[in-house]
Amino acid sequence: MQSAVVLVVMSALVFLGVFAIGNPVDILVSPQADQAEIARATAALGLDKPLWEQYLVFLGNALHGHLGNSFVFNEPSLTLIVQRLPATLELALSAMLLAVVLGLPLGLYAGLKPDTALARAIGAGSILGFSLPTFWVGIMLIMVFAVELGWLPSTGRGATVSVLGVDLSFLTWDGLKHLILPAVNLSLSRIALVIRLAASGTREVAHMDYVKFARAKGLRPRRVILVHVLGNILIPIVTVLGLEIGAVIAFSVVTETIFAWPGIGRLIISSITVLDRPVIVAFLMMTVFLVILINLLVDILYSVLDPRVRLGEARA
Amino acid sequence: MARWLSALVAAALALASSASAQELKIALAAEPTSIDPLYHTLNPNNQVARHIFDRLVHQDARQRLVPGLALSWKPIGDAVWEFKLRPGVAFHDGAPLTPEDIIFSIGRADKVPNSPASFAIYTKAVKGIDVIDPLTLRIKTGTPYPLLPSDLSTIAIQEKRAVEGKGTEDFNKGTAAIGTGPYKFVEWVPGNRLVLERNDAYWGPKPDWAKVIMRPIPNNATRVAALLAGDVDFIENVPTADLARLKQNPAVRVVETVSNRVIYLHLDSNRDQSPFVLDNDGKPLAKNPLKDRRVRLAISKAINRQAIVDRVMEGAAIPAGQLLPDGFFGVSPNLKPLAYDPEGAKQLLAEAGYPDGFRLTLHSPNDRYVNDEKVAQAVAQMLSRVGIKTDVQAMPQAIYFTRASKLEFSFMLLGWGADTGEPSSPLKSLLATNNPAKGMGTANRGRYSNPKLDALLEEALATVDDEKRAGLLAQATEAGIEDVGITPLHYEVTLWGMRSDLTFEGNTNQYTQAFDVHPVKK
Repeated sequence: MQSAVVLVVMSALVFLGVFAIGNPVDILVSPQADQAEIARATAALGLDKPLWEQYLVFLGNALHGHLGNSFVFNEPSLTLIVQRLPATLELALSAMLLAVVLGLPLGLYAGLKPDTALARAIGAGSILGFSLPTFWVGIMLIMVFAVELGWLPSTGRGATVSVLGVDLSFLTWDGLKHLILPAVNLSLSRIALVIRLAASGTREVAHMDYVKFARAKGLRPRRVILVHVLGNILIPIVTVLGLEIGAVIAFSVVTETIFAWPGIGRLIISSITVLDRPVIVAFLMMTVFLVILINLLVDILYSVLDPRVRLGEARA
Repeated sequence: MARWLSALVAAALALASSASAQELKIALAAEPTSIDPLYHTLNPNNQVARHIFDRLVHQDARQRLVPGLALSWKPIGDAVWEFKLRPGVAFHDGAPLTPEDIIFSIGRADKVPNSPASFAIYTKAVKGIDVIDPLTLRIKTGTPYPLLPSDLSTIAIQEKRAVEGKGTEDFNKGTAAIGTGPYKFVEWVPGNRLVLERNDAYWGPKPDWAKVIMRPIPNNATRVAALLAGDVDFIENVPTADLARLKQNPAVRVVETVSNRVIYLHLDSNRDQSPFVLDNDGKPLAKNPLKDRRVRLAISKAINRQAIVDRVMEGAAIPAGQLLPDGFFGVSPNLKPLAYDPEGAKQLLAEAGYPDGFRLTLHSPNDRYVNDEKVAQAVAQMLSRVGIKTDVQAMPQAIYFTRASKLEFSFMLLGWGADTGEPSSPLKSLLATNNPAKGMGTANRGRYSNPKLDALLEEALATVDDEKRAGLLAQATEAGIEDVGITPLHYEVTLWGMRSDLTFEGNTNQYTQAFDVHPVKK
């Protein structure tokens, strides 16, 4: 219910916003067009009607699952987004995977042995990962690994294989090679984030009584770290990653643009430049939906990770 | 280090080129919005359509008309054009080209649903088509209409059987994308790649490449990097910032060709009070100084066009004195770029009664033309030097064009590409008196009006004789430019980058065409 209200408010805001920015016809129509052609294009795109009427028409169609045809592509905006979604999801999930696989162990190490040189290096590295602009890092990655060393392709998405009708590129060698640079680019700041969360969490937890107790019980250090430390630092990391994954899917515009990755980030940015309202509306509604979904998943994960949440539910 | 680097790049490029001499990989700056050649008249769409479809009349690299699917055309009487068709042309599916396909294609221009920018503007003169015999068509225009061949050079000829009843998505899937052009459509994965395959039965010169892959890489820096890395063989829109560096790289060739796009300043020469013309204290001026020809001329004289070309455009532009560069049909031999003359400008301002100048705001887009905002900044500084204190306000095109068309500005930086390759297009749109009923002055955002120009233009548009029309268009251009209806700044130069073992014939339309790319003969 709450989500539905958010969706409606969102669509109204976008409608007003695009209306306030400018008239799509002024950008789309050929410069050579005369006044008659401009009037025709305005009518063809349904922009000749008053705004409230355009909005009501949109709402009516939306109830039937049709979010309108793109002004630019003349295809349903939802189709355009769904077409590009696998590429974006693939990139986003690879980046998040890298963040967890690299960030967690590095963070744990830095937290457990904070005074070693390596831990300091990890800490310094994570600050770099945070502060370097994605844009610059992306260009540097291309210059070093594609132009100078020639190890990896510079841009684009590699060969894909269709799995249940979804095109996936990470299953082919060519696709994987294309995926590495953009995924690393997108994941750098997230790796840094996980490192810092994990390191500070570990340092806190390491002095807790239950960890000391576990050690005193004579458990192997490995078990202490994996069960007692890791288990307790995961909650904040999952919370943040949940928020981040929404952002990575919806707004990895910079990485997708630099690496010419055919995902939804590039679609939305080009749609905004030409005021392709149906696509902007559909995109933002999808984003809202996605964020709601991810929050739900995060809540479920909480209860898996934290027995207290489960107990709370059981009592209630 | 630099030498080592370029040697490495050269080696990488050589390796890439030997791998597949039959395949050409092109990086586009912007991808088409549809494969339907009549859906959206937009450069990225039109250039792709030119690979798959032919037109009755083609434009050569300088936009002069040359035979396409028609071998010849001539006016018969005042309001009829006769086209002789090329015999023995077949579509990609083997079906022969018939007059019905041509009638269907021309008729379809104004029937494409939801088109945001339709081709109807190029077919509205067509009042009827008669088939005299299978190779002869007569097109009636009602009134004398000299631009018909030029207009029809934009209309892609499609196969009626394949297209009738189909929509944009059928073109994008390829089922309707059947033309007679040098390349056949293979597949389009939006945002990722467009694949074309050579049409071995093409009636014209056979393209060198059996397979062409076009990939959109919108970011300038990475498009250049993709070329340097050998991932693509050819890129369009080389950014001017990288121009000097690429020219020094032995592994890369850069082709520069002047375009049909003029960058100009439009001034509000119509209203008595203009919103962004203020006196030196920032109060509105009682009288709009831009209505005075002397002030407009002073502004034009105060601009150092060569400096803008050299410094801001890194040499990738040519100073402009009229609407189209030399060599185009109908340009005036008398108009040269106005010389930089700040003293003369100050004198004219004093004569006009503004010895201390006034305040002006120059509005400019910042994502439309090459270096648009930087050019505006340079112009503002030059004007401030002669006493017209000029501020620049730059904004994205999404906002800019709507506001400019609502006449919210007084002084604007704009550009115009003449698709028809002759000056009637900018004359009609930019300088003719705004008149919606006649379709005149659509983009005349300064509402400039000059009865002499209007009369000459109207006469030119009804003169079928080429030589006479060229003279009239030149005179109309002179009338508008000498009265400083607009202030031309420069013509953009289009830049293409490629491996050094390729050549490319650049064109003024700014089209990237795979069939114009050739390997260097060894």
